[in-house]
Amino acid sequence: MIPALGSGWLTLLYKELLRFWKVSFQTILAPVLTALLYLLIFSHVLESRISVFDGRVAYTAFLIPGLVMMSVLQNAFANSSSSLIQSKITGNLIFVLLPPLSPLDMFAAYVLGAMIRGIVVGLGVFLVTAAFAPLSLSHPLWVLAFALMGSAILGTLGLIAGITADKFDQLAAFQNFLIMPLTFLSGVFYSIHSLPPFWQALSHFNPFFYMIDGFRYGFFGLSDIAPETSLIVVGIFCFGLTALTLLLLKRGYKLRH
Amino acid sequence: MTPAVEIVNVARRFGPVQALAGVDLTVEAGEFFGLLGPNGAGKTTLISILAGLTHADAGVARVLGHDVVEDYRNARRLLGVVPQELVFDPFFTVRETLEIQSGYFGLRDNDDWIDEILHHLDLTARANANMRALSGGMKRRVLIGQALVHKPPVIVLDEPTAGVDVELRQSLWGFIRKLNGDGHTIILTTHYLEEAEALCGRIAMLKAGKVVALDTKRNLLSTFAGLTVRLTADLLPETWRSRVVREQDGTYLLSLASYAELERLLAALREAGAIIAELSLQEADLEQVFLRIMARHH
Repeated sequence: MIPALGSGWLTLLYKELLRFWKVSFQTILAPVLTALLYLLIFSHVLESRISVFDGRVAYTAFLIPGLVMMSVLQNAFANSSSSLIQSKITGNLIFVLLPPLSPLDMFAAYVLGAMIRGIVVGLGVFLVTAAFAPLSLSHPLWVLAFALMGSAILGTLGLIAGITADKFDQLAAFQNFLIMPLTFLSGVFYSIHSLPPFWQALSHFNPFFYMIDGFRYGFFGLSDIAPETSLIVVGIFCFGLTALTLLLLKRGYKLRH
Repeated sequence: MTPAVEIVNVARRFGPVQALAGVDLTVEAGEFFGLLGPNGAGKTTLISILAGLTHADAGVARVLGHDVVEDYRNARRLLGVVPQELVFDPFFTVRETLEIQSGYFGLRDNDDWIDEILHHLDLTARANANMRALSGGMKRRVLIGQALVHKPPVIVLDEPTAGVDVELRQSLWGFIRKLNGDGHTIILTTHYLEEAEALCGRIAMLKAGKVVALDTKRNLLSTFAGLTVRLTADLLPETWRSRVVREQDGTYLLSLASYAELERLLAALREAGAIIAELSLQEADLEQVFLRIMARHH
């Protein structure tokens, strides 16, 4: 029996979880393997060449939280965006639009589903990479806070992309021209202190940088900027995107014609 | 008594196309109501507005008194819609599809009703099959099951039997008739006019976004249809020539408005001393009514 606790949104969440669980090779194992390959290649090539946090952290250890967070973010985005665009294009979104689900119900279910997928993949990446370098978990609550906020933001961005896109290639453009560059230029593979001043300054306009940097602080107690600042920036970003998405859902933008 | 569905002056335009141009319609609770019209008449737009899938530019739609915009939660709880498009979620089995749809309406422990739906739709044996593995007709039946899973008092069926074979169509109508007998209001759109004629008590006909006819089936048939008479006789009085639709070798096909007119024809034949070799009657069906009404509003 499915968990229908007197309200429809829990079932929509259950459906979202079941959807990615049924294809877990593609949705969980594949991204874990990708992250592992990144680690093996980058750590092999760069371990002895890059010094981070003035040599207080080994490069491989530095890389692992970045890869974990990158996987959390990318998979959270992929879950809500692909679920919605597939439902829109195949027409089965009607099954979600006909029941008495409110905009908040839909938002909560899609975003929580995305968060859970992101965090499950992140945990998987952490488990398979943790053995490659000594890792401490100095501030686990910071880790949890940034993982939750980061996955919520990307789940929400995925929802926005799914709502606004009419075709798969529009969604791919959103992913390739926005999400990927922002992720790769956020400090997953490097500390922004190793960048020239211009690029360092530019990095501060990338919200993904705050998610990665804050998340990494939870492991090492070290970060490029204060974690409180990162949390505030990430919180504002999360709030703004949530408000925008709820507005789109309330208006039925590109969902109810 | 609160009407099952009220549509008040509903209008909707899509770019240059006026899909609905001020439609007024009331369907009483317990009716089996037909919504007919050619392609592009606005039937699906009207249903979409009722279901909250499309916004109206003007007007109000209510389901059992609940506004579909202002009070959408209650309106949607009371409405079950079988969409025209053959859509499905390829990730799930038939039973999962029905359970999930039930859960969206906040229903738990709905397995008994789901089993009954599966039985009536002849899907029990395929309950654990993935949706992708079903034939078109089976997918259509799952769509019907999804619309019924929360036992809505008002059920809208938008072309529900397209692609369903004759035998299953009969069993499906038996099930829908039973639901109607149990008090559910049924609104049906179909291109099979004989289905509408057999099932519906009242019928609305839409054309170019307007209601061009709205009456009981009986009144529509008597008002618009009349009789077709096939007469083989040695002569036909001149005054009746205008009613001849076709003539061949002394056999006339006449279109009459009513049985009263048939009486007058027989009296005229008797008076003229005509010898009748053969006479047969054909009552007009809904299809003829439909074609006449559509032609009148060309």
